[in-house]
Parts: sequence; structure tokens; C-alpha cells
Amino acid sequence: MYDKTKYLIAGDRAIVMEFGNSISEEINSKIRAMTIAIETKKVEGISEVVPTYRSLMIHYNPVQVDYNTLMKGLQTLEGELESIQLPAPIVMEIPTIYGGDYGPDIETVAEHNGLTVEEVIKIHTSGEYLIYMLGFTPGFPYLGGMDTKIATPRLATPRTKIKGGSVGIAGSQTGIYSIDSPGGWQLIGWTPVKLYDAEAEKPILFKAGNYIKFKQIDEAAYKAIEGKIQSGTYECPSYPKGEGGQSRG
Amino acid sequence: MGNIKIFKPGMLTLVQDSGRQGYQQYGVPVSGVMDSFSHRVANILVGNHETESVLEATLLGPGIEFLDETVIAITGGDLAPNINGAAVPLGQSITVKAGEKLDFKGIKTGCRCYIAFAGGINVPEIMGSKSTYNRGSIGGYEGRALKAGDILNLGEPLKPLSSLEGRTIQQDLYTYTNKIELRVVAGPQEEAFSPEGIETFYSFEYAVTNECDRMGYRLSGDVIKHKEGGDIISDGIAMGAIQVPGHGMPIIMMADRQTTGGYTKIANVISADLPKMGQAKPGDKITFKKVTIEEAQRIYKDMEDKIAEYKKTFEEQELYKKKLFQFKMGGKLYGLILEEIKE
Repeated sequence: MYDKTKYLIAGDRAIVMEFGNSISEEINSKIRAMTIAIETKKVEGISEVVPTYRSLMIHYNPVQVDYNTLMKGLQTLEGELESIQLPAPIVMEIPTIYGGDYGPDIETVAEHNGLTVEEVIKIHTSGEYLIYMLGFTPGFPYLGGMDTKIATPRLATPRTKIKGGSVGIAGSQTGIYSIDSPGGWQLIGWTPVKLYDAEAEKPILFKAGNYIKFKQIDEAAYKAIEGKIQSGTYECPSYPKGEGGQSRG
Repeated sequence: MGNIKIFKPGMLTLVQDSGRQGYQQYGVPVSGVMDSFSHRVANILVGNHETESVLEATLLGPGIEFLDETVIAITGGDLAPNINGAAVPLGQSITVKAGEKLDFKGIKTGCRCYIAFAGGINVPEIMGSKSTYNRGSIGGYEGRALKAGDILNLGEPLKPLSSLEGRTIQQDLYTYTNKIELRVVAGPQEEAFSPEGIETFYSFEYAVTNECDRMGYRLSGDVIKHKEGGDIISDGIAMGAIQVPGHGMPIIMMADRQTTGGYTKIANVISADLPKMGQAKPGDKITFKKVTIEEAQRIYKDMEDKIAEYKKTFEEQELYKKKLFQFKMGGKLYGLILEEIKE
């Protein structure tokens, strides 16, 4: 993390606050605090913010506030971050079916790492993964913190179509495809939960700064919740981070 | 309310409004029109809110049959519009009758034209916007470009159609050249470039390549040198951001840009010049001129003032009722405008 946050000009309608030059939870929590500070204080002229790995892009309307005024306002806000009470991030459990047609590459991942399929699932479901940012396709989470014991290189030849909801591994990253798209990740499972639903009241499931925990379910459990998912009434179990899976869902 | 029928799709005709704001943090691109100035003016001409949906046509215009009477205005690039064969001027509100057909002969200047209808286009709002994000099949008319046979429903006009007649803006707003000077502010990663690389960027002319669409314009020209490389840890991308990847060729990010990206950005086109870029086409030549952030924002405000002025003029115009009488005398056609003036 930088000693002093950089304020970068990104055109006449956006400012980037850059907190560091690496991917780290420390930087990310600063971004989260700043995001919450901006949302709470409702700074004049700000239209939206985009948190990323190490920065926060702030879009604004220059008719309402000019660059210098906004920068000073943001600096003041940054100076008060200590006083911002960060609510505990939310951990959201994502029901996932591993292996078989749902995760055709799980054996490759097991073999590559000298593990059994069961061990791969155990390791993958034991972590809580920080959502650093969303991007690539609507609702796609960039996750951090996967155990390198199950790290596996991307497919040599990417698939032309991957079903939305597919859970995969690429190098030491893990993630979920939010919509049908091409891709080269090793697919280990699939979640029936919709990460992106344009028609829904809340179209995007995840929010940067929160955590994802994969929870293994079998086909019977999936069938049981399928109707709710179809009608958009299914809610993933979630709990504040640090409460160790005391699911309130 | 009225309906229009597409009898010819054109090259790429999309329902667009001012874009999908507030969802970039979730990875949803903004989309919206490529030339916001022409879009806003077109709406003002037909008495709509500036942000209302219009049709954006690229290079080859669509064919539209009006199933009901309405008022339209066409702005932006000159694609040679005509109604039932008679040429139609840009930048004017025009009453069209049921059964009349709007068609385009071909491109003369610019790249995109905007067709606004009194009342806008009645498509559902997805995440607060009617804009089509074609790549993601979101919004607009069934999430896609228009096809022959599509029937679009228009919204309720905000003002009586008769009060909208005769709205005109000056013609010289819609002249576009093949040489475009873009004013830019230095970008968030300017320091990733060598002094020589920065000089190259501001000194040479770049050409718009065939790889240009609503997402971005790839340019070709002299290689812009980095100090170390063209990659960064992904961060946000604003409209008009000029990315320069390792190969040293600039890419200008436009309406359908992705929300984040991992290439260094040398500069950002100022908002007031983005409409010019939205009218650029392959082969056009681009040069860059640096301005300060303060200048950029002053120029932006001037543009806003200009638009506000149009609105005011038309609102004042509405105080009068106008009627055009045509009569023939000695084989010549004469026009007489009668205005009823409020006391």
C-alpha cells in the first residue's frame, strides 16, 4: 500500500484513487472503507464508483463539482476513514455441484495436484474467497485467496461456450462464470444460483468487498431448491464474516 | 403513441439512450449513444427529455415506415435521409404522416445519425436504461440490433405534436471532417510512458483502423513507447480512455467499453470532443492535443450552456403558434409563415 494515496485524472468526469500497486486484502479493505464513506456521505456530484483490485474509480458530473473541489472533498473524507465503522463483510454460501457433467475437469485438477477428487472439493469448499472486484461480464467476481494446493493451469484450448454458473480454476484463481461465455478455466463444478439476472430487482448477486464460500450440494439438494431459483426467490445463506458459518440463511 | 415499422435494418440500428448508469461496479457496461451531443439535440427538437431513447444508425441507415403521424428529428452524421424520396434536412423537427417512409441514400459525412421521435421509443427499461448492449444482449429492442419487420411502439409525446413544428438548429453543427483533432487530458498512467513515447503520441497523426465499433476504436500509426510495459493491475475505464497496450498502438474506449481493464492509459478524450470521436470511421485521421483538466471542464460547461440555450429558445418559440401556407403564383411556389403572437 502507498504511504500517500494517488489521485489520478481519468478524463474530465472521473478520478481514480489508487491505494497501492499490488493485490492485497489490506488495500482492498481501504477501498471498501472509502466506498462506504462516499456512499454514506453522499458527496455532491458523484454519480457512481467502481472498486477494483487496488483503486477506486469515482465518476462525477463536472457541472455539479469541479476536479479540484472534488479532490479536496475526497482527501478530507480519506482523512476521516479511521472513524468509519466498517460493517463485517458478508460471506455468501454458493451451493455447488462438483464433478461429473457439472465439473468435467475436476479429475484433471486432482491429477495435476496429486490429490483425490474428494480432497479437491474439500480444499475448494474450505476457503472464504474475497470478492476483489466485479467485471469481465456482468456479475463476474474476481476472487482472491484460493489454496495453491489446487492451482491448475488453464486449458490449452479454451472452450467456445461455458454455461453460466460454472465454477472453475485458472492458475491460482477460482471463479464463477456469470453468463454463458467462452473461456479456458478448468471447470470443477456448477452452481444453479443466478449471478446475473437483468430482469430481477437486484440484477447482480455479488458486491465487491464481500466473501464467497462454496458449499457442496448433491443433485437431490439442487432439485429441492431449483423451483425457488427459477422463480428468483432463492436466497443464498449468508452471514457476517468471522461468525464461522453460523448460517442465517 | 404511434408505431413505426422497420422495412430495412441498415447496417447497425440500435435503440440507445444516455446509458446504463450505476451498474459499472457490477461489471455492467454503460452503453448508450456514441455521440451524446447529437442525441441530446435530437431529443430537444422533438420535445423529449434529453436522455430519452432514440435510434442510432451506423453508416447505412434503416428504412422506417410510419404507421401513425408523429414528429421526428434527425441529427449527427449525414446519411442522406429522405422521406418518400424527398431529401430531409438534419437538425429540424419534421411532421411525418402515417404511411410515409424514411430511407437513407448513403453516407456523406460522419458515421452515425440519430433519429428521435416525439415521445421516445417504448421499450422496457433494464437497469434504469433503454440502451442496447448488443454484445451482452441487454436492453433496447429484445437486446439486439433492429431487423426488417420489427414494429416499435413510440411513447406518449410530452407536448402536442403541432407545437413541435418548426424547431431548427444551425446546420453547421453537423459538419464532420476526416481529420479530427481530439483534445485530451493526460491519463492516469502517463508516467508509464517514456518521454519519447508521450511526444510521439502528441506529434503524429493516427488513422482509425477497420477494428472500430461501439466498444472502442483501434488506431494505427507510430509506436508509442512505454518505459517498461503496457500492462497494469486492472482498474476502471472511463469513456474516452486511450489505452495503449504493449504493442504501442492506441485504442480509444467508447460507449460499450468494459468497465475495467489492464492496459496503461496515456490520456482521456475530453467529454466535449467525444461526440466527434463517435462520428469517426475507418480511414479518418486523428491527432491529439493536450489540455488541462480545468480547461476540459470549462469546455464541458460551455457545451452544456449551449444545449441549455437551445432548450430555452424552443420553449420561447412555443409561446407562438406558427403556420406555413404554400401558394402558387405565376408557376412559382411561395411560402408564407403566419405567427400568432401572444400578447
